[in-house]
Amino acid sequence: MIMRKPGVVSSRALVTLVIIAVLALVPPVAATIGEGFYVDVFTRIMIFAIAALSLDIILGYGGMVSFGHAAYLGIGAYAVGILAFYGVDNGFLQFGTAILASAVAALFIGFVSLRTSGIYFIMITLAFAQMIYFLSISLNTYGGDNGLNIDRPSDFARLVNLSNATTLYYVVFAVLMLFLFLGQRLVNSRFGMVIRGAKSNERRMAAIGFPLLRYKLTAFVIAGAMCGVAGALLANQDLFVAPAVMQWTRSGEILMMVILGGMGTLVGPILGAVAFLALETVLSDLTGHWQAIMGPILVLVVLFARDGIFGLLSRIGVERSRG
Amino acid sequence: MDPLLVLAQALNGIQFGVMLFLMAAGLTLVFGIMNLINLAHGSFYMVGAYAAAATFQATSSFLLALLAGIGAGAAVGILVEIVVFRRLYPRDHLDQVLATFGLILFFNEIVRMIWGPTALYATVPHFLAGQVEILPGAPYPAYRLAIIAVGLGVAALLYALVSKTRIGMMIRAGASDRVMVSALGVNVKVLYTLVFGLGAGLAALAGLMAGPIFTVESGMGENVLILAFVVIVIGGIGSIRGAFVASLLVGFVDTMGRAFLRPLLATVMANTAADNAGPALASMLIYLLMAAVLFFRPRGLFPPRTR
Repeated sequence: MIMRKPGVVSSRALVTLVIIAVLALVPPVAATIGEGFYVDVFTRIMIFAIAALSLDIILGYGGMVSFGHAAYLGIGAYAVGILAFYGVDNGFLQFGTAILASAVAALFIGFVSLRTSGIYFIMITLAFAQMIYFLSISLNTYGGDNGLNIDRPSDFARLVNLSNATTLYYVVFAVLMLFLFLGQRLVNSRFGMVIRGAKSNERRMAAIGFPLLRYKLTAFVIAGAMCGVAGALLANQDLFVAPAVMQWTRSGEILMMVILGGMGTLVGPILGAVAFLALETVLSDLTGHWQAIMGPILVLVVLFARDGIFGLLSRIGVERSRG
Repeated sequence: MDPLLVLAQALNGIQFGVMLFLMAAGLTLVFGIMNLINLAHGSFYMVGAYAAAATFQATSSFLLALLAGIGAGAAVGILVEIVVFRRLYPRDHLDQVLATFGLILFFNEIVRMIWGPTALYATVPHFLAGQVEILPGAPYPAYRLAIIAVGLGVAALLYALVSKTRIGMMIRAGASDRVMVSALGVNVKVLYTLVFGLGAGLAALAGLMAGPIFTVESGMGENVLILAFVVIVIGGIGSIRGAFVASLLVGFVDTMGRAFLRPLLATVMANTAADNAGPALASMLIYLLMAAVLFFRPRGLFPPRTR
C-alpha cells in the first residue's frame, strides 16, 4: 500500500500495538491486583472481538451488512456441545466440526442472500439466523430452549488444559492475534482488493470481469467459519450452550461492536468489543435498567460518531504529528 | 385428518396473517416512501399492547382501550420520527438498523420500568368472549373472527386511502419521486411524519389485538417484527399489495406447518423421528419459503415498479 500519510499509519500501528500489549498483560495484572475474574471478563470480550473482527471482513471491506452473524457463533458452540454430548471431546475434531459446520451454513445462507443486496440482504441474513435459532430451540434431544451442559472442555491431546482460566485466556488471545494477522493479509491481498472494489463500485468491478458473487461468497464463508471458531471458544468458556447464544439481538450487538470500534479497520472491532461489553458491565452495575441508557448511547454513536473509537484515536494521533 | 380441525387451523392461519399484515403494512410503507428500515416498529406494537391492556384493566372499557392503544402507538411513533428518524432518512441502511436497534433496547426497558418486569394479563372484551358456530359442529372463538374482520377491514381502508384519496396520491408520489413532490409544494416533512404515525398506529392495533392471544411482555414485538420482515421481503419491499398476499401466505404456512407437519410426517416415518423432525421443520418452514421465493424472484413477488 502507498503510505501517503505516515502520521495515520504510525498512529494506527501504535494504537494496535497498545491494544495487543494491554490484552497480553491482562492475566498477570489481574493476578497482581487479586481480581482473577477480570481474566474471565476479558476472555469473553476477546471471543466477541473475534466474532466482530470476522464480521468486519465482510462488512467493513465487502459492504455486506450481515444481520445474522450470531448464527455462526451458535453453530460453532453447538458443534462443540453436541459432540461433547456424545462423549467426543477431542478438540481438533470439535473445532474442525465447528469450522466446517459454520462454513457450510454460511455457504448456504450466502448463496441465497448474496443474490440480493441492500435492505433485502440485511433482512434475509436476519431471517436465516432466526431460522437456525428456532431450529436449535426445537432440538429437544440437545436441551431445546434450556440448552446443553458440556461436561469437559475441548481436549487437544492434553497439550493445553482449557479448564484453566489463564490457559483459556491465552488460547483465545492467540486465536484473536492469528485472525487479526490473517485478516490483515486477506484484506490487503488481491482477493481483498476485489472485495473492496466490489464495495465501492460493484458494477464497475463486474464490468472488468470479476465473478463477484464467487468472491463475495468466499469472503462470506471465511467470515462465517471464523465466527464459528469464536462460538467453539465460547462453548469452552461457558461449558454450556443454549439457543440464547444466537438470539437476534446478539447479531445486533456484534454489528454494534464493529461500528463502535470503527468498521473497515479490523483492529477497531476489537476495541468495539471491549468498549461495548465494558459499557454493558459498568451500566448494569449502576442500574438494573441499564438498557434504557445503553439504547440512547447507541443511537448517539450512530448519529454522531461514525468513525468509531479507532478512527477517533487515529485522528488524535494525526493531529499531534501535524502540530 | 379431521376436516373441521383443518378448517379451524386455516382460520387461525388467516387470523395470524392479517395481524402480520398490520405490522408489515407500516414497515413497507415507511420503507417505500422514506427508504427507511425501522427495527423499532415492533416497539410500537408493544406500546399499543401495553397501553390497551393497562387502560382496559383501569377502566374495563374496550373502546377506551382501543383508542388508548392506537393513540399511544401513533403518538410514540410520531415523537420518535421527529426526534430520531428525521436524521436517519439520508443515512445508509446500516446506520438505520443500528440506531433503531438502540431504540428497541430503550423501549423494552422503558416498558419494564413503567409496568414492571412481569407480563400483563390482557382479557378478551366481554362481547367477544364466546364461540361462534361457523359450520354445524365447528365452534370458533369469536375474538379471532373479529381479528380477521378488523384486519381485512383495515386492509380495505388502507387500499382505499392509498389509491383513492388525495393524501394517498401524495404518498404514492412521494414514493416515486420525493424531490419533485416537494418542489410541487407538498410539505414532505409533515407527510413523512403522518405516514410514520399511520404505520405506528397500525402496528399498535396489531399489538393490542394480539394482547389476549399472546402475552403482553417486554420484547413481545420482536418475533412478530422479524416475521413481518420475512413478509415484506417475500411480498416485495414497498408494495402494500405484496405485503397483503405475503402476510396471508406466511400466516397460513406457519400455522398449518405447526399444526399438521408432525402428523403428516408420522405417516411416512417412525413416530419418534416425526416427533423430532416435525416441530424442527415447522419452525423453519417460512424461512425456507422465503429462501425459495428469493431464489426465483430476488426482489419478491410484487417488486415495486419504480426504482
